[in-house]
Amino acid sequence: MAVASVETSIRTGSMTRVFLYLVLILFSLFYLLPFVVMVLNSLKPLSEITGGNMMALPEVWTVEPWISAWATAQIGIEPTGLSPYFWNSIKMVVPAVAISTMLGALNGYVLTKWRFRGDTIFFGLMLFACFIPFQIVLIPMARVLGLTGLAGSTPGLVLVHVVYGLGFTTLYFRNYYMAFPTELVRAAQIDGAGFFNIFWRILLPSSGPIIVVSVIWQFTNIWNDFLFGASFADLDSQPMTVALNNLVSSSTGVKEYNVHFAGAIIAALPTLVVYIVAGRYFVRGLMAGSVKG
Amino acid sequence: MATTLARADYRTRLQTILPKLVLSPSLALILLFVYGFILFTIYLSFTDSRMLPSFGWVGFENYDKLFRLRHWSVAVSNLAIFSTLYISICIVIGLALAIFLDQKIRGEGVLRPIYLYPMALSFIVTGTAWKWLLDPGIGLENTMHLWGWDSFTFNWIKDRNNAIYTIVLAAVWQTSGFVMAMFLAGLRGIDNEMLKAAQIDGASNFQLYRRIIIPQLRPAFLSAFVILAHLSIKSYDLIIALTGGGPGRATEVPATFMYSYTFTRNQMGIGASSAVIMLMTIAAIMIPYLYAELREKD
Repeated sequence: MAVASVETSIRTGSMTRVFLYLVLILFSLFYLLPFVVMVLNSLKPLSEITGGNMMALPEVWTVEPWISAWATAQIGIEPTGLSPYFWNSIKMVVPAVAISTMLGALNGYVLTKWRFRGDTIFFGLMLFACFIPFQIVLIPMARVLGLTGLAGSTPGLVLVHVVYGLGFTTLYFRNYYMAFPTELVRAAQIDGAGFFNIFWRILLPSSGPIIVVSVIWQFTNIWNDFLFGASFADLDSQPMTVALNNLVSSSTGVKEYNVHFAGAIIAALPTLVVYIVAGRYFVRGLMAGSVKG
Repeated sequence: MATTLARADYRTRLQTILPKLVLSPSLALILLFVYGFILFTIYLSFTDSRMLPSFGWVGFENYDKLFRLRHWSVAVSNLAIFSTLYISICIVIGLALAIFLDQKIRGEGVLRPIYLYPMALSFIVTGTAWKWLLDPGIGLENTMHLWGWDSFTFNWIKDRNNAIYTIVLAAVWQTSGFVMAMFLAGLRGIDNEMLKAAQIDGASNFQLYRRIIIPQLRPAFLSAFVILAHLSIKSYDLIIALTGGGPGRATEVPATFMYSYTFTRNQMGIGASSAVIMLMTIAAIMIPYLYAELREKD
């Protein structure tokens, strides 16, 4: 249950209720089907997929496709499996999420507690930056990464993701800190506390919910990014999504559907785990920000 | 103000500069990497850049060429079909599921995460799943044949005329649950007193929704529309993973067009001009929305 939920006072008849449950269950099947198919077929030998029924349970259960997808499948030219790319993604996501969240928090703090002339314009500029189609920055970005020697490297990708994630993290923290009593900040100021001291001791300790929102948001977006990875990474820094796409769309040899499915699940696992473990905090934190802000 | 500043010692002066100092790296990053880059791409769209940026001014030639390209008009009309269907189907499904879930449904706590989880997946994963699910050789069509329904055909993904609808299907699968959550949050914020009053006056459920509840969901409709519209214009990954823009050019959209013209066909000037058109389309939707939002909150 959502925290602030108020149940409707609409009343429904029993026929209607049967219909409601039917529709709701049908839709849950629609949402579950692709994932169930992926899981089932990732546990089958290839012959059961090409010669059998995709919706059927495996006759022979095997984890071979998973091992292959992780460690031995042909990706591009190397038979390395997805594992090196998994670590590439981790090395890119962790610093990018940390830096963009930290900057977002500081920006939100300044924009709400140290307001100055033109701060709304600044915020508007950041906000619009969230929504630009990234195609508009691809060419100059490739150029700048090339000139600075960051092309094809993980630090280059971290930079890209920090820059284009800043708008969202700033938005979240700004909305959240809007609701934080400014009097507390002023009182601390009178007591002689400085800029960072106030942030560190007064705002940060109560920022838990919005840090969770920002981290989940950034983690999912950056982990799932394909466009920047495909444009700016080389073999040593390619993220998971790009490797998965290479695995699935490689035109040579037999299409190993079971390996593709296993690979897709591996690529989806980190964000799914985050969603299952922390999804409810995400919705709650967002509400805390928007309801009060 | 001036006198207090003059009397302020070093520490307080630092305190007044510090906030702006803290903001400045972000400002610099955004100004350079967003607005500077936008200007650079706009400039490139007026040049004769091919494989690399070059600075020979050609005026509107690239735009002229762009709008004459059959490839581009296919991409634009595909985007029009895709976004119209995607936005409207997501809103219909999202609203219906939200209203249904709001009827004190037992098991809401189980159903809601099932509707929402696709949002956590990458479009590449979604594309891979649906690509093989819709493949006539091994997917749904084959299953139906094995289950004895021999005349069943579902080969849209291989069919030039229908492939774009498979993109709609997969995209709706991914985001409609999220739209549901937005509407559900809106529904939960509606004041029950008014509903009770209308119920006493004998209003039917249908009338309650049509006349009282749905009109109050206006903000949710607006945000859903804005988010879906901007997602649909940006969508690139899903198309790459699901169809690769094919069969032929049947599912080419501006995002894939821009990428292939810029990076594989060495027509950077035309690629840049297509990116500018994409930006302008999104700006036409976002700027009024953001302007209204910011004014309201201040």
